[in-house]
Amino acid sequence: MENLIALLVAAPLLGAAVLLCGGRRLDRIGHWLGTVLAAGSFLIGAVLFVDMIGKGADDRALHQKLFSWVPVESFQADIAFQLDQLSMTFVLLITGVGTLIHVYSIGYMEHDERRRRFFGYLNLFLAAMLLLVLADNYLLLYFGWEGVGLASYLLIGFWQHKPSAATAAKKAFLVNRVGDIGLSIAIMLMFTTFGTFAFGPVLEATGDTGEGKLTAIGLMLLLAACGKSAQVPLQSWLGDAMEGPTPVSALIHAATMVTAGVYLIVRSGAIFDAAPTAQLVVTVVGAVTLLFGAIVGCAKDDIKKALAGSTMSQIGYMILAAGLGPIGYAFAIMHLVTHGFFKAGLFLGAGSVMHGMNDEVDMRKYGGLRKYMPVTFITFGLGYLALIGFPGLSGFFSKDKIIEAAFAAGGTQGWILGAATLLGAGLTAFYMTRVMLMTFFGEKRWQPDADGNEPHPHESPSSMTIPMIVLAFGSVFAGGFFGIGDRFVNWLEPVTKFEHPHPPISIPVITGATIAVLLLGVAAAYLQYGRKPIPVVAPRGSLLTRAARRDLLQDDFNHVVLVRGGEHLTRSLVYLDHKGVDGVVNGTAAAVGGLSGRLRKLQNGYARSYAVSMFGGTAILIAATLLMRAV
Amino acid sequence: MSFPLLTATAVLPAAGAILTAAVPAARRTAAKWLALLFSLGTLVLAAVVLVRFEPNGDRYQLTESHTWIKDFGVHYELGVDGIGVALIALTALLIPFVIVAGWKDADPLETKDNKRWRPTQGFFALILMVEAMVIISFEATDVFLFYIFFEAMLIPMYFLIGGFGDRAHSGTDEAAATQRSYAAVKFLLYNLVGGLIMLAAVIGLYTVTGTFSLSEIAELRANGGLEMSTNVERLLFLGFFFAFAVKAPLWPLHTWLPNAMGEATAPVAVLITAVVDKVGTFAMLRFCLQLFPEASKWATPAILVLALISIVYGALLAVGQRDIKRLVAYASISHFGFIILGIFAMTSQGQSGATLYMVNHGISTAALMLVAGFLISRRGSRLIADYGGVQKVAPVLAGTFLIGGLATLSLPGLAPFVSEFLVLVGVFAAYPVVGIIATSGIVLAALYVLVLYQRTMTGPVKAEVSGMKDLKARELTVVVPLIVLLIGLGVFPKPLTDIVNPAVTHTMHDVNKQDPKPEVEAAK
Amino acid sequence: MNPVNYLYLASLLFTIGAAGVLIRRNAIVVFMCVELMLNACNLALVTFSRMHGNLDGQIIAFFTMVVAAAEVVVGLAIIVSLFRSRHSASVDDASLMKL
Repeated sequence: MENLIALLVAAPLLGAAVLLCGGRRLDRIGHWLGTVLAAGSFLIGAVLFVDMIGKGADDRALHQKLFSWVPVESFQADIAFQLDQLSMTFVLLITGVGTLIHVYSIGYMEHDERRRRFFGYLNLFLAAMLLLVLADNYLLLYFGWEGVGLASYLLIGFWQHKPSAATAAKKAFLVNRVGDIGLSIAIMLMFTTFGTFAFGPVLEATGDTGEGKLTAIGLMLLLAACGKSAQVPLQSWLGDAMEGPTPVSALIHAATMVTAGVYLIVRSGAIFDAAPTAQLVVTVVGAVTLLFGAIVGCAKDDIKKALAGSTMSQIGYMILAAGLGPIGYAFAIMHLVTHGFFKAGLFLGAGSVMHGMNDEVDMRKYGGLRKYMPVTFITFGLGYLALIGFPGLSGFFSKDKIIEAAFAAGGTQGWILGAATLLGAGLTAFYMTRVMLMTFFGEKRWQPDADGNEPHPHESPSSMTIPMIVLAFGSVFAGGFFGIGDRFVNWLEPVTKFEHPHPPISIPVITGATIAVLLLGVAAAYLQYGRKPIPVVAPRGSLLTRAARRDLLQDDFNHVVLVRGGEHLTRSLVYLDHKGVDGVVNGTAAAVGGLSGRLRKLQNGYARSYAVSMFGGTAILIAATLLMRAV
Repeated sequence: MSFPLLTATAVLPAAGAILTAAVPAARRTAAKWLALLFSLGTLVLAAVVLVRFEPNGDRYQLTESHTWIKDFGVHYELGVDGIGVALIALTALLIPFVIVAGWKDADPLETKDNKRWRPTQGFFALILMVEAMVIISFEATDVFLFYIFFEAMLIPMYFLIGGFGDRAHSGTDEAAATQRSYAAVKFLLYNLVGGLIMLAAVIGLYTVTGTFSLSEIAELRANGGLEMSTNVERLLFLGFFFAFAVKAPLWPLHTWLPNAMGEATAPVAVLITAVVDKVGTFAMLRFCLQLFPEASKWATPAILVLALISIVYGALLAVGQRDIKRLVAYASISHFGFIILGIFAMTSQGQSGATLYMVNHGISTAALMLVAGFLISRRGSRLIADYGGVQKVAPVLAGTFLIGGLATLSLPGLAPFVSEFLVLVGVFAAYPVVGIIATSGIVLAALYVLVLYQRTMTGPVKAEVSGMKDLKARELTVVVPLIVLLIGLGVFPKPLTDIVNPAVTHTMHDVNKQDPKPEVEAAK
Repeated sequence: MNPVNYLYLASLLFTIGAAGVLIRRNAIVVFMCVELMLNACNLALVTFSRMHGNLDGQIIAFFTMVVAAAEVVVGLAIIVSLFRSRHSASVDDASLMKL
């Protein structure tokens, strides 16, 4: 069975290679090839899954070593895969949602002349993401980690002729690279501390070293997670990443890649468990990001950017849960999976709306679309209800557990984290209701564009609606399926360990509070956006709104400090290199040249002056000899 | 006596150079094919060397030894260790690509009224001459023999830079010629000064040891018959190191490289940075560490700082460049910083990483620079600002350029990642702070590569670019094998590490250093 | 008579000759001054020979005379050809060695 693992990665990798090298000949069948290979990978995953549940809980993990990758003395990195319950969860999510989004893209990218290449990149992403979750050591994980970064770069910048897309792609890659420093240093620290960086030996040996080292490793891993999962302070790229085609936003920047940071932390759970300081920082980062993302999400008029703020916020929940230790790991992953369903569904819905609206993204120019695109409306609506945590739907089960676990963190920390998660739940309800109302309710607000083309909203083709329907099913039922009877927790327990959270207040009270906050959020949004018409031009808004529209000034900060500062630094260094370092060299050359110019004048060609110098020289030599004798 | 394989590997390209030079200028196509044939022949011989080499055998293999100048203890001594084999293979591999990439670079200039005569055959003869000298430098185990070829390769390089410059130039022909000769003279003088200081040290070494042969010196050292005071060792070390640091180049001795690479044609720029400069870093490993182990350890802190400055400084300057080729040159300076860092970290990972880095950097820079050369030859400008939207009109060119760039920024899956990470791990194990600072170089590398790609390849198509043709068959034959190698060595570098590791063990033994033990193991 | 006086005379003659070489421009005069210096040397050599009581100095003096004779032949020939081509015997006119 374990020999199948490599095929999981190989199938989409083959697709990427064929599609990207194949040339125009493959234009007609390229998208089918890509989709079939993604589905093939899903099938292999399903086979492995069936095999896995047939075994006892403790011997489900599979291992496959392909070959030795980088062997230098004690530094031994293998290309080897490990498939346990945690990896399995991701494999099914990645290939399942991935296949659906491949299908969706067939319709969505129909009119793009570079569709074959788009599918090549998508397959490349799947291969890298599978490598990331299947790796059995941190260096191979790093390989996948950068691989998904590359795929993300290529896909965000897919419409490269748009300067904004090219800039957004570059920004995403660069910010992720800052996070990669963290992953690199973490691996180096593991190597110098444990002499290895394979998951098994490292996570078993955490007891052999001091808390200081583990805290350092944990913080470096967190830095990496912040970069990949768009957590504060490396969150700024995610909003811009929405420049990519919408299926990309759904797959990479909502359902899978951005959750890699959560995977990293949960996978490294043993390290964090032994480093409480690092855990504390993780929960703080999660709490700050979940509020940050929610606030940004409340102010955006661009439907995709509002959803991006929401993604950031939801991943904040997961990171927070992952920082809580064994009481939160399973809930973090559970929320990750349910979020994968409903957020991918929401993005696909947004894509469907844009498809019908001539690629308009400004929600102020939507309105009343539920009449024109009923399927999109219903699936989007179900995703919306799941996301805000409407009782009975997926998000309710997973998010409620995280809120409970946050309260159970203990002491003041527990109260602060619990309050933050509750506040986040309210904000989530507010901004999602706002998106819902602005897009599907109210009066139509679209107008002909400059060329006089008026959008004709229409329902999308079935290749697009079917994936949306499937995801909507997941959004509705996945949470209940996982949550009732702790099914999901028991499934992951052998890998992540589990402790029941014991919040200081009883669980029904927390659930009640969550529902109350949720209703409050919905009501507030209804009061502001449901009852009065929405202006087509955004009002000036309060200071907070304006700041939130500018992503809470994060880009302004980056621009002033990093971009401007960097430009000045490089410019002055270029000047310095030319005038300073090279100046010394050229100065030496000029000095030698000048000196020889002077010396040249001595050679005046008059025999008499040569004779004088000969006489003088002789006289000096004789005098010197005599003086030496005398002394 | 067995067949002198190493001599043959160096003599074959030299013979090719002479024969190519003898072809009349009118029959330049014949000269090109002749040069290509000889470079391929050298590649075959290098492959034979690679096969005959036993990674776990003696330190120096395929040795040849003859007394040359008896009175001065000069020997004609050749031998290769794993590091030398890897670099000979790299050199022999890259030269055919350089020749094919430069196929048309030395053709006569077509002006309005007449054709200006150019010694086309000379261009290819000089390239082969450089190859011969570089290969023998990698093989020499006699300091004097090494020195002669270390210096002599400046002569053909000088003519390649000064005589066959890049035609893409923003100024007038006259200004271009001035800049070109400035670059060539700067290259020559810089390296000559380094070489002369080394000559003094070479002579000093002779007065101390009485021989130039590495094996005899090693024997003396093993017998305790080597009387070298600490100060003398340090001075001699500095003399050698200075020359290698100029060649490598290490900050602040780097300023010749951007001029030379900017003014030379792209294939010659590849020759400089991917092949000739490697002799400098190779010699640090072979001569500095082996001959002066104590002095090397004494100088390590200062060298690590200079290497760190190179890494950050080179990368920052690359970000600020407006000229594509100068950008690649500064990026190379940054990479040479990594190589030197790895060598002087004095851990197995660092030194194996540094050796792999030499090979991988050769391939990745060749890929990036040659594609950049194809791009420049199409538009006739080296300025980044003159491009935009190339991706739309020439997707294959843009794609290969991106892969070259990604290799330059050490993306996992491509060969440079393996070596860069090994260097970083090796440095981190010995000097954690240095390792952390060096790691920041990976962000800067991403910055200059992606900014370059964004400005040239993406965005709206510029009018001057709109008619640009995609890569032709000749250009693809250059780029595709390089990319395949980059991916191959990135995923499966084991054949290379197997060759290099034993040699590194020897070097580690020379400097009497051991890898730091992992903390957990050390505690037990 | 004290032989040292001859040495004084020799050095005086040498100085006159040297000054003439350095100061005068006419090639013939310069040439004669060179001869004067040579003869001053001869005088000194002969004197030393006498003072030390061996013949070495006298033998060298003969060599000097032979060399001087040969030098006169070559030197005068050069001066004559120089005069023919330049119509001047001034040494400063012939500064062809200047870079």
